Amino acid sequence: MSVEDSRRYRTGDHATDAPSEGLFQDSDSPLAMLCGRPLLSNKGIPLNREWINQVRVNTSAVERRAQTHVVRRMVKKDWQAAWLLRAITCMDLTTLSGDDTDERVRRLCAKAIQPIQQDLVNRLGIAELKIRVAAVCVYHRFVETARTALQGSTIPVAAVSTGFPAGLSPLSERIAEIRRSVEDGAQEIDVVITRAHVFGGRWQELYDEISAFKQASGRAHMKVILGTGDLLTLRNVARASFVAMMAGADFIKTSTGKEPTNATLPVGFVMARAIREYAQETGMAVGFKAAGGIRTAKQSLEWLSLMKEELALSWMKAELFRLGASGLLGDIERQLEHHVTGRYSADYRHPIA
Amino acid sequence: MSIAEKFAAMEYGPALEDAKEALTWLDQHSRRFGHFINGTWLEPSAGEYFDTTDPSTGDKLASVAQGSPADIDAAVKAARAAFPKWQSLTPHTRARYMYALARQVQKHSRRLAVLETLDNGKPIRESRDLDIPLVARHFYHHAGWAQLLPQEFPDYTACGVVGQIIPWNFPLLMLAWKIAPALATGNTVVLKPAEFTPLTALAFAEICHEIGLPAGVVNIVTGDGSTGEALVKHPDVDKIAFTGSTEVGRAIRSATAQSHKRLSLELGGKSPFIVFEDADLDSAVEGLVDGIWLNQGQVCCAGSRLLMQESIAEPLIAKIRERMVTLRVGPPLDKAIDIGAIVAPVQLERIQRLVNQGIAEGATCWQPQTEMPSRGLYFPPTLLSNVHPTSMVAQQEIFGPVLAAMTFRTPSEAVELANNTAYGLAACVWSESINVALHVSAQLKAGVVWVNCTNLFDASCGFGGYRESGYGRVS
Repeated sequence: MSVEDSRRYRTGDHATDAPSEGLFQDSDSPLAMLCGRPLLSNKGIPLNREWINQVRVNTSAVERRAQTHVVRRMVKKDWQAAWLLRAITCMDLTTLSGDDTDERVRRLCAKAIQPIQQDLVNRLGIAELKIRVAAVCVYHRFVETARTALQGSTIPVAAVSTGFPAGLSPLSERIAEIRRSVEDGAQEIDVVITRAHVFGGRWQELYDEISAFKQASGRAHMKVILGTGDLLTLRNVARASFVAMMAGADFIKTSTGKEPTNATLPVGFVMARAIREYAQETGMAVGFKAAGGIRTAKQSLEWLSLMKEELALSWMKAELFRLGASGLLGDIERQLEHHVTGRYSADYRHPIA
Repeated sequence: MSIAEKFAAMEYGPALEDAKEALTWLDQHSRRFGHFINGTWLEPSAGEYFDTTDPSTGDKLASVAQGSPADIDAAVKAARAAFPKWQSLTPHTRARYMYALARQVQKHSRRLAVLETLDNGKPIRESRDLDIPLVARHFYHHAGWAQLLPQEFPDYTACGVVGQIIPWNFPLLMLAWKIAPALATGNTVVLKPAEFTPLTALAFAEICHEIGLPAGVVNIVTGDGSTGEALVKHPDVDKIAFTGSTEVGRAIRSATAQSHKRLSLELGGKSPFIVFEDADLDSAVEGLVDGIWLNQGQVCCAGSRLLMQESIAEPLIAKIRERMVTLRVGPPLDKAIDIGAIVAPVQLERIQRLVNQGIAEGATCWQPQTEMPSRGLYFPPTLLSNVHPTSMVAQQEIFGPVLAAMTFRTPSEAVELANNTAYGLAACVWSESINVALHVSAQLKAGVVWVNCTNLFDASCGFGGYRESGYGRVS
C-alpha cells in the first residue's frame, strides 16, 4: 500500500504555486519542517467543503489523550529550565483589561524586554540567549504606547482587534479597526471570528470574513481567535480551525481569555491535529496560540510537549507557537529561581509586569 | 550540554523515578526469598533457588525459591487447614481484611510500582497509573462484595482451596484479579506467580502478614512450570484458575479433566481493532497506542489485528507511522517512556522470530528510526502491512509491540474478518456512527468490545473470552 501521498482532499499543491499577490512574497524560505517536509507560510486555499464535512472528533477519546498526555511526558532538571526559557520566548505578554492605562502598558513592555532578573540570567549562564518574550499584546488604544516603549528591542506589538472579545460590531468597522492598528505599528493582529457562523454551519460566510481580515492585516501577522470556550464542541473547534486556515490565518488561537473556559488541552490537541493535517495537505504551516487560563510553569511545559508530540520542533518556537498569558511569567521565574537555588522564593521577590 | 544547548534542542532528557525504596526493600530481604506458606517464610524443601532479573539491564534483582511438589503440598495443606475458619467468618470480618489489604497496597503503591517495573520492564507510568491503582480498586471492590454475599448469592458456598497460576505481563494486577474474588467468597488460595516476575507477589505476601491475615489463607509458592504442574495435579485442590498462554491452558484442561477440579481459563487473543471510515482517525491512532503499544504489546487483549475500511486505509497508515515516530523506547523507570523492556530473552526471540516469519510470508514491515537503548531487552514498535487472513501473523498471538494491518470493504465483512480467529478475547470498534458501532459490536465474538476506546479495565467489569481465549470470567 502506498503512503507516499497522504493527501485526501485533492487540494492541489498550493505551497509551490507562485504567489499571486505581493503580500506574501516573504514566504519563499521554509517556515517549518514536518516529518522531513519543508513547509511555507500559509497563503490560504479556496474553501473546501468536502474536507470540512469529513471532520470527525471523538470527544471522550480526545479527553483521554489530554488526560494521559500530562503524565506521559515530563522534563526535569536542566532540561526543564531550558523548556521554561523556551516558554518565555513563546509568550505573548498580555494586558487586556478595562482599567489598562499607558503607564500600565509601559510597565508591561519593560518586563517584556527583561523577563528574567539579570542575576538569574547570569546564574543560569544564558546571557547569550537574550531571552525576551515573543510579543506584547494590548488593545488598539495602546499600540502606539507599546511600540514606543519597545523601541530598540525587536519585540513586536500585537493588537486584539475586530470588536474583541465578542466580535459582533459591523464588519466594516472591524476591518477599519484592523487597518488602524496596522497603521499605528501593530505587527500582529489577533482577530475574533463570528461564532454564530460556526453554530449555523455558514462556512462560506466565516471564510469570507476571515479572508477580509487577512486582506486588511496586510503584512501583519494574523492570529484567528476561534473562541473555543463558546464553540464548545470539539468538532466545531476542528471545523472552524480548518476554515480559518483555508482563509489564510497565520495562527489559529484558542480563545479570547474572556470566555467561561479558555485554553484547554483537549482543544489544543484538536487544533494541533488540524494544523498537522492542513500542513500535510497543502505544504503550508499555520501557527498555534493557546490563550487564557495558562498560569503555571507546569502548564507551559504541557503545552510545549503537546506541540512536540502532535507537530514538531518548529512549533516550539515563537514563529509558530505562542502562549497568551499575563500571570504565567511570574510562576516561570519562581521555578527558574528554584532550579538555581533549590528554594522557592516568594512572588514579591520578582519584579512584576 | 549547557542549558543553552538544551534550549536549542528541546529534547525531553531523562526523568528517572527513584528506585531506592524498592531496592532497599530487596536488601532488607537479603535479596533472597523463600515461599510464603501458612503465614511464614519457608525455605524451599529442595533448597533450590533461581534468579529474577531486571530485563532493562540484565542485572539480577533477587534469588527466589524454586517450588517443588513438596512445597506445593505444604501450601495446599496450609490452605486446607485455614479454609473452614476463613469460610465461616462473618462476611463483614472478611471484608475488613480485604479493606486492609487495599489500604496497604495504596500505602505502598510507589514501592510496588517501582518493584513491578524493575522486575517486568514495563514503563513506570503504566505500573504507577494503571497496574497498582487497579490492584487497590479490586480489593476495595471485592471487599464490598464480601459484605453483600448473603443477600446477593444466598445459596452459594465457597469452593475450597483454589490453585491460582498467573502470568508475567501484569504480575500484581493478575494476582489481585485472582485473589480478591477468591478471598471475598470465602476460599483460601495457593498462588504461583510467573517465574519471570515473582517479586510483587512476594511483597504482597508481606502485606498479608502485616495486616494479620489468618495464616494459610493466602500462600505464595514461586517456581517455574513444574511448580505450576504440581499445583494443578495436587489432589486436594478444588479449583484451578489460570491466566496465561492457550497452550498451557489446554494442558491444564486435560490434566484436570478427569478430576473434580473446577477450572477457569483466561488465555491468549488476537483481538481485532476495527476502524470505520467515519471514525476520528487521530483518536483511533491513540487507541492503538493504548492497545498494541501498552506494556510492549504483552497484553492478552491487545488490539493486534488492525482492520481498516478500504477508503481510509492509506491516511490511517500514514497517521500510524507518524505517531510511531514519537513513541519513546527506553529505560522503563523513566517517567516519559512509552515502550519499556521485553520481559525476558525468550520472549524477545519469539517476537523477532514471528516478525521474521511474517516478512517471509510477504508482509511489509515498517519500524520508525527510534533511538534504542544500547543494552537490555527492547523491541521497536512495528507495523506489518500487506497482511491477509491467511498470514501467520494475522492468526498467531505475537505478544509484542507488533501490529498487523488489513482492510475490509463493508461492516459485514469487518465482522466476518474480526471473528475469523481461533480466539475471542477483546475487540475495538471505532466509528462516529452509533448505528454502525452498536450493530457491529453485537456481532463480535469477544468477551469485551470497546467502542471508541481501548484497554479500559475495572473491577466491576468481568473479563474473559470466547473459544481459545478461555472460559469463565475473572475479577
